[in-house]
Amino acid sequence: MELLCPAGSMPALKAAIENGADAVYVGLRGETNARHFTGLNLDQSGLRDAVKYVHQHGRKIHVAINTFAHPQNYSHWQAAVDHAVQAGVDVLIIADIAVLGYAAEHYPGVELHLSVQASATNAAAIDFYQRTYGVSRVVLPRVLSLQQVAALAHSVNTELEVFAFGSLCIMAEGRCYLSSYMTGESPNNSGACSPAKFVRWEERNGILESRLNGFLIDSFSENENAGYPTLCKGRFEVEGERYHVLEEPTSLNTLSLLPDLLREGIKAVKIEGRQRSPAYVAQVTRVWRAAIDQLLAAPEAYRVSGEWERVLAELSEGSQTTLGAYHRSWR
Amino acid sequence: MKFSLGPIVYFWPKAQVFEFYQQAAESAVDVVYLGETVCAKRRELRLPDYLAVAHQLREAGKEVVLSTMTLLESPADLRELRRYCDNGEFLLEANDFGAVGLLQEQRLPFVAGAAINCYNHEALRRLIGMGMQRWLMPVELSRDWLVRTLEQPEIADVRSCFEVEVFGFGHLPLAWSARCFTARSENRAKDECDLCCIKYPSGREVHNQEGERLFVLNGIQTLSGDRYNLVNAVAGMKGLVDVLRLSPQPQDTFSWLNKFRSNQLSAQQIPLEQHDCNGYWHRLAGICQLNEDAFQ
Repeated sequence: MELLCPAGSMPALKAAIENGADAVYVGLRGETNARHFTGLNLDQSGLRDAVKYVHQHGRKIHVAINTFAHPQNYSHWQAAVDHAVQAGVDVLIIADIAVLGYAAEHYPGVELHLSVQASATNAAAIDFYQRTYGVSRVVLPRVLSLQQVAALAHSVNTELEVFAFGSLCIMAEGRCYLSSYMTGESPNNSGACSPAKFVRWEERNGILESRLNGFLIDSFSENENAGYPTLCKGRFEVEGERYHVLEEPTSLNTLSLLPDLLREGIKAVKIEGRQRSPAYVAQVTRVWRAAIDQLLAAPEAYRVSGEWERVLAELSEGSQTTLGAYHRSWR
Repeated sequence: MKFSLGPIVYFWPKAQVFEFYQQAAESAVDVVYLGETVCAKRRELRLPDYLAVAHQLREAGKEVVLSTMTLLESPADLRELRRYCDNGEFLLEANDFGAVGLLQEQRLPFVAGAAINCYNHEALRRLIGMGMQRWLMPVELSRDWLVRTLEQPEIADVRSCFEVEVFGFGHLPLAWSARCFTARSENRAKDECDLCCIKYPSGREVHNQEGERLFVLNGIQTLSGDRYNLVNAVAGMKGLVDVLRLSPQPQDTFSWLNKFRSNQLSAQQIPLEQHDCNGYWHRLAGICQLNEDAFQ
C-alpha cells in the first residue's frame, strides 16, 4: 500500500521523503493545478530538481495537472503536460478530458491517474476513463462509504487511491460551484475554493467575524477556536436554528480504517495538504508511515496508537477528526 | 431560440408533478427534461411514470429528454441509470461521466448536463465525437467564456452538429454530497430520512448570521440561495444560444416562460426581484445581480 504525501514546495517534498513517503504529489506553478496559491508549487526547474531528488531516493513523483483548461490559454495546460513528461515524472494526475486526451495521445507510455476533480464515483465512469484514456488509477471523491469503496474495488480494473487524512471536502469534488457563487472563483474555474484574497477578519464587541467576499461565514467568541472561512463550514441558520448546516470544521482521519482499506485492495492512501508547511508534512508522514508499517507487518494485530492520534489531532482543523462519508453515520 | 424546462430538482408529490406537466403540455415550451437527478430514494415517480408523461408531452408536440442522476454511488444507482439508457425512445441527459460512458458504448446520442465538466473547446470537441448533441454549459460560466469556446476553430467548424443550452432561470444546482442536508436540518440520519424533503417543495433556505440568504438545501444537493434569472439577457443570446432552460419552481414557472419568450425581441428591461441574481453570465460571482442597463 503506497503512502502518497503532498508537497507544495521543495522543503515539504524533502520532509515527506525523509519521513517515509513512498510517493509525493506536486503541482506546477500557475493555474493548471487545483491548489493555485501564490508562492506555492514548483516552477519548471524546481520540478526537475524534485524529480532528481525523489528518484535518487527510490521513490515516485506525481504531478497534478488537475484543473479544467480555459479556452483562451488552453496551451498552458498542454505545456504543463509537456514539461512534466520532459522532466521525467512518474505520474500525471488529470481531471479534464481534454488534457487526458492530449496526454494519452502524445505520451502513450506515461502513467495517468484520474484526479479527484474528475468526480468519478462509480464503475461506469471509471470504466469510461480507463477505456478511453488508459487511466490506470482513480483518486476517489470523499463521498463514498467504505462499503461503496469496497464494492468499487471489486468491480473495476484500475487501482484505487483514497484520501486518508486532512481537510475534508464534503461535496463531490470537481462538481462544487459554491465558491464561485460567492466569490467568482471555484476549484474548476480558478483552482481554488474560498480563496484567501476574499477573506476578511473583523472584531466587533469581542466577537471575531470571518467573512468571504463580504459575506459573514461565522462568528467566534473569545473562547472559541476561529476557523478559516471555508464557505461550507460556517454556522448558518435554517428557520432560525443556528448550527453547522453543511459541515463542522473537522478533518478526515481514517487511521482506524487502514486494515479495511488494505483488505479491500486500496492501492494508495493520499494525505491532503499541498498548502501545508514542511513541519506539518513531516509529522503527518511520520505517523502514517508508522501506521502502515505496523499494518503490513501484522494486519490482524493493527492497533491505532494513542500517540499517533494525539499528534494528528493537534494538526487537525478544529482539533476534531471524522471518518467522513466512509462511515454511514456521517451522512 | 428554443425554451426548455429542466428536470424538477425538488421532491414533489406525484399529483403535483402530473399537474405541472399538464401545464407544460399546454405551454409554449419546446423541450421538456424529465427524471430524478438528485436522490435515488425519491420514488413518487419511477421510470415507467416518467415514460407515460413523456408520451403525453410528445403527443402535445414537445421534445422530451430523460435526465439522469448526477451523483451515482452504488451498484443500484448504476442499474437504474442503465434502465434509463435502455429506454429505447427518448434522448438522455448525462449528468455524470458514467452515463456518458454507457451511452457512448451503445452509440446513443445524448445531452451533456451542466455537471459534466466541459470547460473548453477541446473537451467539447471530444464530447461531440462521443455522440453529444446538445451541451448545457456549466452554470458558473459566463457569456464571455461561451463565446471564447465557440469561436475556437475546432468548434466553429462543427457548430451545426450540436446545440448550446444555457441555464437561465431557477435556483442553481451548485453541489452534491454524500450527506443529506435536509435530513440533517431535521436532525435525522440519511438512512432514516423518511423522505422528509417532500415537505419542502422549494427546498429549505439557509441564511448567514446577518440574515443574508446564501443557499437552499435540497436533499443531497445544495442550490443557490438566490434565483438565477437571465430574462434581461435573452435578446443578447440570439445567434449564440440555441436553447434556454428554465428550472421548474412550485409557482410562476410558466408566467416567467412567457416573459422570457417576449423578451427575445424587445430589449425591455424586466425588473428583477430582490432575490434574483445573474452574476455568472456577466463574469461575476454568481450571487451578484447586475442590471443590464448598466451596460448601455
